Amino acid sequence: MSSMIEFRDVQKYYGKFHALKDINLKIDKGETVVLIGPSGSGKSTLARTVNGLETIQEGQLIVNGRDIADKSTDINRIRTDVGMVFQHFNLYANKDVLENVMLAPRIVLKLSEEENKKTAMALLDQVGLADKAHNMPSQISGGQAQRVAIARSLAMKPRCMLFDEPTSALDPEMIDDVLGVIKYVTSQSDMTSLIVTHEMGFAQEVANRVIFMADGQVLEDDETNKFFKHPSNERASQFLGKIIKH
Amino acid sequence: MIKLLVDNWSAFISGFGWTVLSSLLALFFSLIIGSLFAILEVMPSKVARVIGNVYVEVFRNIPLLVITMFFYLVIPLYVVKINGFTAGTIGLTIYTSAFIAETVRSGINSVDDGQMEAARAQGMTFWQAMKNVVLPQAFKLVIPPLGNQFINLVKNSSVLAFVAGFDLMYQGNAIASTTFETVNTYVVVGLFYLVITLPISYYMQHLERKLA
Repeated sequence: MSSMIEFRDVQKYYGKFHALKDINLKIDKGETVVLIGPSGSGKSTLARTVNGLETIQEGQLIVNGRDIADKSTDINRIRTDVGMVFQHFNLYANKDVLENVMLAPRIVLKLSEEENKKTAMALLDQVGLADKAHNMPSQISGGQAQRVAIARSLAMKPRCMLFDEPTSALDPEMIDDVLGVIKYVTSQSDMTSLIVTHEMGFAQEVANRVIFMADGQVLEDDETNKFFKHPSNERASQFLGKIIKH
Repeated sequence: MIKLLVDNWSAFISGFGWTVLSSLLALFFSLIIGSLFAILEVMPSKVARVIGNVYVEVFRNIPLLVITMFFYLVIPLYVVKINGFTAGTIGLTIYTSAFIAETVRSGINSVDDGQMEAARAQGMTFWQAMKNVVLPQAFKLVIPPLGNQFINLVKNSSVLAFVAGFDLMYQGNAIASTTFETVNTYVVVGLFYLVITLPISYYMQHLERKLA
């Protein structure tokens, strides 16, 4: 299988702080990979390099066949293939729910108004929020906002989705609905997903592979069952021990 | 006072007209120029930010009268002949645009970074994200301070009087010096300014309530 995302000796610095160290990773097309680790370990930073929200200083980062770090790469073109869902949803506050979904397809993909609206309504229906189409983001709950944000990303027909702690800002009773939608998205056979999360049960359920990070390094990269049953890295097993206790 | 107003009606009205025209032109162009420099100040490119910053710091820290005199005296000498009205309006535009740039920039900075990030993550360019997502939110936030800038602009248009711009203040000076009814004249002039500024003030409050 060919790879969708490939890190080759990637280094990322914030000033003198070495945020990502010697990252070498390959995520194949159609795979669902969950990224876990303590806070400050660089998980979010790693996810955000994939669509160029964070720049890398060394190495190569190949996304869908193009090197992100190459200056001649059109980053906006890559971003249309890579959807992103944020911890704080970041719905466009000046647009209603439907417009949130329709905006980028209209101005970036230049989709016809009719087709755009049809796709948008279908997506809102899929995430169970067709009846909220004309609400403003401030009028819906966090869980609903995150489902809209997922629909908004899917409207671009991405090949790959990045989920950056999609449920961390949600009330507990809203998490299930959002995870349900993410599960559905990742189950699409041609969708590649990278998910940063603290939901271990969910990770076990959806992930093909789990990557454990600490201090800007990838410490373990294993098939899901093996990772949760027999983590080979000591820090990973400590981390799991702490998380699963609660 | 009524007699003064009636006797000099055409002069007052002509002055009022030029003041309104100058204010409208300056408002329109300073809003555009100010917004452009505000965007320059928040662009990813460092060069753009420096250009924006230099423009704002230079023009908001020089007195309006000095800027206006510069356009009135220096430009005709070396570039192109312009009259007092044009020079005054250009000076007013540039001076006000520096303040509008600062106002709009503070609005842009108050919009959550996540908004720009989400838009960029969907493949929008910086300008598309600005235009469709960030600026509409930023302008909504800065309606009250923008209203202040517009009102200041109208009042500052009295600088035209110094460069023979035939505005309200210029006509007031002329009327006062021929009729010697100094106090009455400037009361009338003040009332004419209120005719322009009060509706702006009221309209901005209305806009603020409507969009809140």
